[in-house]
Amino acid sequence: MSERTSIDVRLNGRPRQLDVIVHHTLLEVLRDQLGLTGSKECCVVGECGACTVIVDGRTVNSCLMLAVEADGHDIRTVEGLARGGELDELQQAFLDKGATQCGFCIPGQLMSAEALLERNADPTVDEIHEALAGNLCRCAGYEQITDAVLAAAEARRR
Amino acid sequence: MHPFRYARPDSLAEAVRLLDEHGPRAQIIAGGTDLVIGLRDRTIEPDVVIDLKRIPDLAPRIRLVDGRLSISAGTVMSDIESDAAIAEHFLALAESAAVVGSVQIRNRATLAGNICNASPAADTAPPLLVHRAEVVAFGPDGTRRIPICEFFVRSRQTTLRRGELVTAVELPLPAVRTGDSYVRLTRRRGTDLASITMGCAVDASGTTLLAYGSVGPKPLLFSDDSGVLADAAVPDEAKTPILETMLAEASPSARSVRASPEYRLAMLRVLAVRALHSALRRRDGGQAR
Repeated sequence: MSERTSIDVRLNGRPRQLDVIVHHTLLEVLRDQLGLTGSKECCVVGECGACTVIVDGRTVNSCLMLAVEADGHDIRTVEGLARGGELDELQQAFLDKGATQCGFCIPGQLMSAEALLERNADPTVDEIHEALAGNLCRCAGYEQITDAVLAAAEARRR
Repeated sequence: MHPFRYARPDSLAEAVRLLDEHGPRAQIIAGGTDLVIGLRDRTIEPDVVIDLKRIPDLAPRIRLVDGRLSISAGTVMSDIESDAAIAEHFLALAESAAVVGSVQIRNRATLAGNICNASPAADTAPPLLVHRAEVVAFGPDGTRRIPICEFFVRSRQTTLRRGELVTAVELPLPAVRTGDSYVRLTRRRGTDLASITMGCAVDASGTTLLAYGSVGPKPLLFSDDSGVLADAAVPDEAKTPILETMLAEASPSARSVRASPEYRLAMLRVLAVRALHSALRRRDGGQAR
């Protein structure tokens, strides 16, 4: 039994109509159906944050959201951050600060940081820690990640 | 992932009809932060999953009505932790919502889902108990209000009947000045399930409510009307016998991976005193609330 349904979403700014299996997660559809492999599959229980995407301005674990639940909503993935082939300030800051080590958690870290900066242009270190608490980094690059978010916030305020 | 049929009713009546028709073979999805895990590891194998997010009556909404704060079933933890009215009148609930999972989880997880899942460790349960919340349920026989202290049975089991769903959780505004608090014990700072959850409310008339969870099959509520606990001038030694009576029903499982029964019982006493002191300070502290 594989019930399918059609959903309409806005994906990284573009309207898309997708035919999805109702028991597939948003993460499965992004990665396996659309080839958007920036969002990572890791713990699949909502603890690691590697699958983090932004839905209607709020971060969610895409491994815990059914694709069909995204119907009618605005989805942003890490692939949507760069504009015109240029890294945005946040991505550049992650590179500049050495926040990217093995890189596996970085798409999720970036999306959590992006959502934070959209609602708080000048976050404190504590606010960054709380906003990114749901994104684990096995390389333990937390200091550099926090530095990168602070630097990106400053760059955007300029 | 366990395959299922997906239904997205656009009215309460249709949702109730589906729930009644499929009974235990149906599962509701609101935030999905517990359900999708169960579907993936096949500990939950429903025929049909009923998505409530297109029902206008359940859309996220926090509002004051007739001396009560009504929180609709679609309201997520992020909404609760940032709501001004909840912070003003029901601080313990705000504190508990703010420590559920991570930001990603709080952006999806609903208050109604948290209580319907009925985990003994649910963070919001002790605050709802000390806030004297009522669960508003709608089913084949219409609307019914269930005091939260009669709602939990055990993990994944509530007193909801076949075909019923939660439409809102309502909290009566305190009639007299009240201080309340929520504290928890976790293995580490940051995202973790609680080894002990503890809520306390102390009002100016001398009543103290204490509720705790994660130390038995369901969260429990106790009341003290002696005025001893509610008197900030009474030393802790005089309060201990009353607290001991209130904590006597804790029965932590020996099988938990999070903490041993001995540790839980020892820390339960520490957290009770901590929650009581915090509630007293907030009741008496003016600006502190």
